[in-house]
Amino acid sequence: MTDSPAPAPQPTPLLDRHEALGAKIVDFAGWLMPIQYAGILEEHRATRSAAGLFDLSHMGELVVEGPEAGAALAAALVTDPPSLALGRAHYSMICGEDGGLLDDLIVYRLGPDRFMVVANASNARTVSDALVHRLDGFKAVLDDRSLATGLVAVQGPRSMAILRPLADIDPAAIHYYGIAEGSVAGVPAMVARTGYTGEDGFEVFVDVARVHEVWDALYAAGQPHGLVAVGLGARDTLRLEAGMPLYGNELDRATNPYEASLGRVVKLGKPGPFVGREALEQVARDGTARRLVGLVLRDRGIARHGYPVLVDGVAAGTVTSGTMSPTLGKAIAMAYVPTPQAEIGTMVAVEIRGASVPAEVVPLPFYKRPS
Amino acid sequence: MVPADLRFTKEHEWVRVEGDEAVVGITEFAAHQLGDVVFVELPAVGRTLAQHATFGVVESVKAVSDLFAPVSGDVVAANDALGGQPELVNSDPYGEGWMLRVKLADAAQVDGLLDAAAYEQLTAEA
Repeated sequence: MTDSPAPAPQPTPLLDRHEALGAKIVDFAGWLMPIQYAGILEEHRATRSAAGLFDLSHMGELVVEGPEAGAALAAALVTDPPSLALGRAHYSMICGEDGGLLDDLIVYRLGPDRFMVVANASNARTVSDALVHRLDGFKAVLDDRSLATGLVAVQGPRSMAILRPLADIDPAAIHYYGIAEGSVAGVPAMVARTGYTGEDGFEVFVDVARVHEVWDALYAAGQPHGLVAVGLGARDTLRLEAGMPLYGNELDRATNPYEASLGRVVKLGKPGPFVGREALEQVARDGTARRLVGLVLRDRGIARHGYPVLVDGVAAGTVTSGTMSPTLGKAIAMAYVPTPQAEIGTMVAVEIRGASVPAEVVPLPFYKRPS
Repeated sequence: MVPADLRFTKEHEWVRVEGDEAVVGITEFAAHQLGDVVFVELPAVGRTLAQHATFGVVESVKAVSDLFAPVSGDVVAANDALGGQPELVNSDPYGEGWMLRVKLADAAQVDGLLDAAAYEQLTAEA
């Protein structure tokens, strides 16, 4: 038996910037990406209190275009992209026929017949292949722009003040979950008011050949505001505090949106068939045996991915993500628990190195930014 | 630079002998590799440690790492300050970030540990 060698990881186009900032670099989903710079806690706190700059060039950007692009996406995804106004976006998911999750996505409407689907790096190929297959028969084509697109995000309460002087459009005029074309630091860009941190912020999509210009300009402009570069480590703690799922942790092929407490995203009321509809209608009717919930540990310890959740002393669920929340100073986790235990306020326990640590089911998100 | 008066394990614990007791912690190299320490779990006073066996856990934001006993002996004190301030492991690993004080069962075990020069060489290769 021979193992085919793993392909060499793709360096992010900003690798030299990260190395110059002293980042620890890791292979993440086939990409060489920064996991942290000065430290996860410092990066996390800077994003909550000032601003963080993120390299997200590993994400997959799939542009779907054609007179039936919207109809094709409505048949391919659980949401209804034709209902999006121009320049708006929504959170979506792509499922298999059995209702299991292939990925979670953001869908942006760039034009009447032009959409951009942003997929997780680890699933970009899967999503691209599935969409190509599902577009068959529709007057729509898919252009995988993943390698041609650089993506930089600025997130946090100072992000508006940092981006505004660099952009030739007014970022304040972009709605939450909106996107606009313009330029940033003289580079043609699509600026979206989306993110994965629980803060206000922007994601800037540019030609990969010029992404370093945008990174450098935002980094420099952000210094007086307290901006720091933020790696994947703090990206994970930020999204966890914000109660946002991560594919591979909370979501996978064996999980459907209703189990993941994301049933509200599935638009069963939209017209026409879509992949997974029959399975998801049945789940919506019958309910699920398990639900994704938030937990706060009520004794010392940190719940981690894979730790058992105990109900009456018996393993009945699993922790999907857990950390010591830098903002709350409490050990927080997301976990699958049996549906009867999913009610807010229910006490369960997490098994940590053989010990049973009490944990309370709490509402998500753990952290909500002050408005 | 690592303190010259300490002894070290390949797993990055340090030992400082004080009379017939040993103070134990993790090295600056280990603390830096772990990143921000957010949780330390230590054994209760009175527990008997066996050399090389795990005696506790140190957790950073991202990772969980076992702690290995550099020497055998009974725990005579544990650093309770780490309960509320685990970050002391990062900020002062050889001082305020100490973890245990152990009554040495076999002082000769200390002689088998790495000296500062050997430990520096180990981390230089890492």
